Amino acid sequence: MNPAKIEVLLQTLISGLLLGGLYALIGLGMTIIMGVMKIINLAHGELMMVGMYIAYVLFAWLHLDPYLSILVAAPLLFLLGAIIQKYLVNPVLKVDAILPENQVILTVGIGMVLANLATMIFKSDYRTAPVDYATKAWYLSDIWKGSPIELSLSYPWSVSFLFAVVITAGLWFFLSRTDMGKSIRATAQDKDAALLMGVNVERMRMFTFGLGSALVGAAGCLFLPIYYLYPDVGGQFTLTGFVITILGGLGSTFGAIIGGLVLGVFESLTATYVGMGWAPVGRFVVFVLVLVFVPGGVASLLRRRRFGK
Amino acid sequence: MADATPGTPMLDVSGIDVFYGDVQVLWDLSFTVGRAEIVALIGANGAGKSTTLKTISGILRPRRGRITYDGRALGDVEPHRLVELGLVHVPEARRLFVEMSVEENLELGALRGEARRRRAETKEQVFSLFPRLRERRRQAAGTLSGGEQQMVAIARGLMGLPKLMMFDEPSLGLAPILVQEIFNVVKRIRDEGTTVLLVEQNVRQTLAIADRAYVMETGRVEMQGSGRDLLGDPHVKAAYLGL
Repeated sequence: MNPAKIEVLLQTLISGLLLGGLYALIGLGMTIIMGVMKIINLAHGELMMVGMYIAYVLFAWLHLDPYLSILVAAPLLFLLGAIIQKYLVNPVLKVDAILPENQVILTVGIGMVLANLATMIFKSDYRTAPVDYATKAWYLSDIWKGSPIELSLSYPWSVSFLFAVVITAGLWFFLSRTDMGKSIRATAQDKDAALLMGVNVERMRMFTFGLGSALVGAAGCLFLPIYYLYPDVGGQFTLTGFVITILGGLGSTFGAIIGGLVLGVFESLTATYVGMGWAPVGRFVVFVLVLVFVPGGVASLLRRRRFGK
Repeated sequence: MADATPGTPMLDVSGIDVFYGDVQVLWDLSFTVGRAEIVALIGANGAGKSTTLKTISGILRPRRGRITYDGRALGDVEPHRLVELGLVHVPEARRLFVEMSVEENLELGALRGEARRRRAETKEQVFSLFPRLRERRRQAAGTLSGGEQQMVAIARGLMGLPKLMMFDEPSLGLAPILVQEIFNVVKRIRDEGTTVLLVEQNVRQTLAIADRAYVMETGRVEMQGSGRDLLGDPHVKAAYLGL
């Protein structure tokens, strides 16, 4: 392989990992909601869109940096998610319906309402937050003068990725080290047994929906400096989250991280070697391959190693 | 709130009717469990024994009747508060959090109140009762053998510092030598002052350790008596002991 080709490959892998870290954050929110509620939240991308608009408004009015706006958007999205769970999803969960999936259909409706509200308020214009570091990048040749190949690392992409890593580490700490985090995992594994342990299952569900929404709201803030924003931007991220959740194994947090990274790299490779427009196709190729060959996702592979079955 | 005086029973189930949807499964069921007693509910599959325990724990709600625990009407208590009051249910089929470690399972047994404050201390006591669990504390609960899993389930219950401990089929699916061990543990728990309500299909060993027992058939109490009397009863012998 000649240096130019290696350069393209490495650059593609770097972009893919950076994208994958952000995808993992989207998938994590969806998968913890899936774990505890047993439903796929198909309004997930639209909640991210709300997070992006919050960051956008704060940037346009107050020139608040999108990374700082996480501190506003995440709590607001937590509230929005908790309210959606308590007043919309929960009442529907309790109804014996012909369609057992009616809560999932409800989330589709919630997504539509959010997207249309955004259209009413912000019009369907494409917007960006022109942060002054938008095109800043680090170059390999700056550090290593004699490098035979040239690689670049975009400043906003790297910072967004680092934030995603920090948030993911925080989530991991919360879920594995605190009583509340353990209660959430217990509720996801067996809600009746969790109730017998004294876990307030109803409250855990509300909290988890809020937490998942806050995570994807934070992801929205991280995407704002590197992506464009319009009211229907959420749909593609709902699909992304859905594919990651399947890829990782429903409800598995570790699986979602791996799933996000794999999907990011795969999409990046597709964009480079097949064509920009094919990236979404790549996403569904992964989706179908996983469903056919590893229906339980990454989590089922881990379980097989751990339990020998 | 009524005072819990030593004279009142630990648990008083009075005339409850319970339904699954439209199907009635418990009919006017009444029984009591006195302090520091071992009381057993025995009967065939489908007699309503597990349903009774689930109703006491608030997973199911009675349509009629009243349950009083330690002087308190349970209709007013949210189910997740029961552990804090010392009412602990060790469920059928163990229901461990199989992907979590043994230690995490134990910690989840002591989430609130006094049990939370004394968690480290209780964990040590539980480990000395079941030394095998100390060795396996970091292992995922789902990788343990059936007997070890039952020990985790009991240990997790003990972590809540129970005043009344309800066991649902603790010996189910275990090898005979382990069955005896489980019954010894149940007896020992009572001897240390905890009241026990035991649901079992292993009638002979259950009646041997029970102070009193109720025989349930199709959602009703058919007979009651001391463990020893029921062991000698011709109907019990014929129906449950295969004699």
